[in-house]
Parts: sequence; C-alpha cells; structure tokens
Amino acid sequence: MVKYIGFRLFQALLGLWFIATLVFILSRSIGDPAEVFTARNSGVDAREIMAAKLGLDRPLHEQYLKFIGQLVRLDLGESVSNGIPVTQILVERMPATFTLGLIALLFALVFSLPLGVLGAVYRDTPVDWLAKVMAFLGQSMPPFWLGIMLIILFAVVWGLLPPAGKGEWHSYVLPGFTLGWGVMAGMVRLVRSSMLDVLDSDYVAMARAKGLPEVVVIGKHALRNALLPVLTYSSLVLGAFMNGSVVVEQVFAWPGIGTSAVQSVVRRDFPVIQGVVIVFGSFFILINLLVDIMYAVIDPRIKYTQ
Amino acid sequence: MLRESKEDDILLRVEGLKTYFFQRTAVLKAVDGVSFSVAQGEAVGLVGESGSGKTMTCLSLMRLVPQPGARIVEGEIWFKGDNLLEMTEQEMRAYRGHRMAIVMQDPQTSLNPVYTVGEQVAEPVRLHLKERGQQAMARVLDSLRAVRIPRPELRLGQYPHQFSGGMRQRVVAAMGLTTQPELLIADEPTTSLDVTIQAQFLRLIRELQQDSGTSVIWVTHDLGIVAQMCDRVNVMYAGRIVESGRVRQIYKEPQHPYTRALLDSVPLMGARREKLYQIEGQPPDLRSIPEGCPFWPRCPEAMDKCKEQYPPRTSLGSEDFVHCWLTEEGR
Repeated sequence: MVKYIGFRLFQALLGLWFIATLVFILSRSIGDPAEVFTARNSGVDAREIMAAKLGLDRPLHEQYLKFIGQLVRLDLGESVSNGIPVTQILVERMPATFTLGLIALLFALVFSLPLGVLGAVYRDTPVDWLAKVMAFLGQSMPPFWLGIMLIILFAVVWGLLPPAGKGEWHSYVLPGFTLGWGVMAGMVRLVRSSMLDVLDSDYVAMARAKGLPEVVVIGKHALRNALLPVLTYSSLVLGAFMNGSVVVEQVFAWPGIGTSAVQSVVRRDFPVIQGVVIVFGSFFILINLLVDIMYAVIDPRIKYTQ
Repeated sequence: MLRESKEDDILLRVEGLKTYFFQRTAVLKAVDGVSFSVAQGEAVGLVGESGSGKTMTCLSLMRLVPQPGARIVEGEIWFKGDNLLEMTEQEMRAYRGHRMAIVMQDPQTSLNPVYTVGEQVAEPVRLHLKERGQQAMARVLDSLRAVRIPRPELRLGQYPHQFSGGMRQRVVAAMGLTTQPELLIADEPTTSLDVTIQAQFLRLIRELQQDSGTSVIWVTHDLGIVAQMCDRVNVMYAGRIVESGRVRQIYKEPQHPYTRALLDSVPLMGARREKLYQIEGQPPDLRSIPEGCPFWPRCPEAMDKCKEQYPPRTSLGSEDFVHCWLTEEGR
C-alpha cells in the first residue's frame, strides 16, 4: 500500500512539472509578454525596460529555471493590473471555488446515487422513468440559463434565497445546485448502468442464493462494486467543476477563482492567468491522486497489481 | 451406493415445474413440465445439452429465476413437507444458503471481488446459524479445512483474486456447505476447471457428500461425471425430462434415442472408432418447439406419430420412466 501511494505520488509530481513546463512554453509562444504589458504606443525603450523587469531578456533556459525555482517557492509573480502577488489572490479566492465545487458534487451525488440505484433495481418502473427524466432535464439545461431561472424563482419571486454573492450557508444553495445539476444527469446514467451490470453478475446471484435479504444484496454486494466507475467519474467532475465554475461564478457573482480568471483575461493580466491554469491543473492532479488511493482502498485487486 | 428411494425418504420432489421467459414477442419455455425427486443422501444428475433447461430448473428450485423476464408459472416443489412455491419471500430466504445451497459454473465470477474470502464464507454462518465473532470464524476455518484449502488461517483474510480457479471453486463449495445444507445444487461446477483440478474437486464433493449425507443435484452435460458421481440421472431435452433412471440401468439400456445418442457421443477409452458420434441438427429454439416430441427432427427413428403427439410417460419399473413412442408402442 505504501509503495503504491509512493508510486502514485511520484506520478503526480511528474504531472505537476509537466503542467508548469506547458504553461511556461505557452506563455512565451503566444506573444511577447513585454509587448502585452506595455502601452500600445510606447517605444522600444519601454518594451526593453519591461522585458528586463520581467526577466525576459535572459536566455530561455535561465528563464525556465527561474520560473520553476519561483514555482517551487509558490511564487507566481504579481498581478500586472494591481501589483498584488498572484499567490495571494489565489489563496484568497480558492476556498470559495473549492467549497462551491464540493457542494455541487454533494448535490449531484445526493440526487444521482439513490436515483441511479433505484432506477437499476426497479428497472422499467415509474422510479426508473423518473430517473431518466431527471437525467434528461439535467443534460438539456445549460447552467447559465438554469442559474438565471433559479435566481428569478427563488430570489426574486419567492425571496427565499439570496440571488448572488457569498455569505451565510443559504447563499451556497443556488450556485451549488446549478453547478451540480448537469453533472447529476450524467451520474444518474452512470450509476444506473454500472448497477445493472453488477446486478447481473454471478456474485450477486450467489449473495441471493445465500439467503441474504435484498437490502444487503444491493447495499453490500452490489453497491460497492458499482461505485468504482462512479468514483472515477466524480474525480473528472471535480475537475470539470473548475471550468464550470467560470460560468456559474459569473452568474452568481461568486468571489472565486473562476471570476478572477474571467477578469484577468479581460485585463490581459498574464501572471494571474498563468496562476489560475497552474492551480486548476494541480487541483486535477491532486484529485486524481486521491481517487487512485481511494480506489485501492475500495477495490483490493488494485494494490497488488499496481 | 445405489439405493431405492422410499416416499418418507424423499428430500425434494418437483412436480410439473414450468418456468417461462416472457419476451416482448415470444414466450420461451425454458422449463416445461419437469418432475423428479431426490432422496436423502442421494446424488441425482440433470443431464442435457446447453439450453435444455438444466440451469433454469436449478434456479427455479431456489426461486431465483432472473428478474425481470422469467417466471415460475406452474408446478410444485416439495422440500420435505413444504411447498417452496407457496412460501413468502422471507420464508424462502431461510431455506437459501441454509437448507439448500448452490455452486455455480464459473468460480471466477461467483465470488465478490471486494470482500475477503473469510467474510464471504462467514455470511451464511452469521445469517442462518446466528453465530458471531470467534465462534463464526472457527466454523469458517473448519469449512475451509473441510474443502482442503491449505493454510486456511492465512487464506481467510485474502481476496478472491489471490486464489486459483480450483481453489475458488472450493471456497464457493465451502460457502455452501458451511451451514450443512440438506441439498447441494452443483451447476456444472467443474466446467471451467482443468481436468486434473476437476477430478480433485469431484472427489472432494463426493467425500463431503458421503460424510454429511447431503443430497446433491449434479447439473452437467458430461455423462462421465454422472457415471462417477450420481445414483440416478434425469436426461433433459427442450425443457423436459425425457428419461429418468438409475445410472447403471441407463448406461446399460438407454431407452430414449436422445439418451442413446448422448452416450454414443462420449469418447470411450480404448474404443477404436473412426469418428465420434455426433447428434445431427441443433437443439430446438425454445420459442418454437416443434409439435409432438421435440426431438423428432433429430431422431433417427422418428415415426409419424412422433410429429403429432408428445409421448406419454412410460414406466420402466420402480421410478424409472421414459417419454418415447418407441418404448410405449413396443410394449
């Protein structure tokens, strides 16, 4: 187990290094950053001064080493628009995005697990039809539209929940639900089909032949096996929530990384965009690492075959 | 080993069992009026080609036919004095894994990959014998020892993927036998095992059966296994039992042309035959079983009568019987 985790950790670090390198190359191949940071009509001098300030006059390998060196010390430079260190911006805004993602995942799981399981167990009955309708609705409503509709209904018409911003716990409900809704749809389908596969298996028949009550057959023997693909999917989804949060945070004026990503793109604030990409990437890698470890805990076959 | 079964000695009696699959456009008669009985301590074979309804008969006995789709539509299954088909689901659960157990075809898939072997063998012990903790573990260890799994203390905590095919099938057997059931249903348990492992497993089950007096239903298409393991044999074709008799009797004087054909298609040691006998044609499509005797299209001795009417049961003394116009007409 320790060996397995160590190996996965090594892979994760490798992935991080790859992302950092990619960001470095991209940020230097899209155009001269010094040009971006200087006013349009400023002369060659201004650009050279800017390049020197940003260290762009040095040879490429030197720049690269410096970049990685700073990254290791969690130094991502400063925002061009307001001079605040990028790390500080990210640290301030990360918790909001992260909590929103988790709440969305929670919403998705709370709806999709029971619906998917019941849909599979009571196949072709009203429960199954309900699950299918939910899945259909989830996939056909884009989050920006759903978010606005929810704001109109719950905040404007009924006045039950705040329309935007981050405050008390109830300000999390609408954005969390909006972000989780689309994912719920895919997950209902996944849980249902994965459960159907498992219910067909010999070991489930065997569990029944032992005389175990149906609740135990489903809850103990079937569910744990059916959850393996769902776990993988959840990890991808958490990563996707980062992208999705760009839209949803915008709709709900949520003070997270998604909002600052949009703002920094508008302001051409290069270091911040770099930071956001690196954070999203590292987050994805971290989640994958955690899922791999959880997988090994749930499925004993993985530890030994690595 | 051969024994005549008397009425009070009977453990299981199946009467006119019919299990159908209901499909959108057709009704598949997987089991179509099967009757047989198993005496206490007896080993009964259920023999036939794939698709003859053997497995579905077994699943019906445990009332575990695939849902949705299949349904037991008619018949009686008497286990000692109780008709299993009239029980509630809850009453039925007290039989499964306790008084009757099953070993399925494929040991690779019949164990749950995410639980330890010990846990899976312990389940019926906790459920039916109400034993917990140390006591339950002691019984699990005994069961693993009984099926001769080496170093059971160590194996107990391991997962199915750490076992070989033969060892897994032993675990499945241990799982079934740990509650000392009165009836063990062995549904082609050796089909996926190597021949040497197969022989070991057969010997093991036979010994366990003799020690405990458990009745066994052997489902197989291998007449060699039947000869080795069973007292009686029921030959199934297209969802019905076409011939039933004591093993020696059937091997010596098979009555039904299908039984004869099955026996002729078994390779014999030392026999010099150019080519192994092969039954012409295919088993019938269960959605459209031909009128009359379902075997007539493949039967070398088919008469006009065979195409019109299903032959009645012709008794061959004691409990042996055959459904064939040849025998019926011949007497």
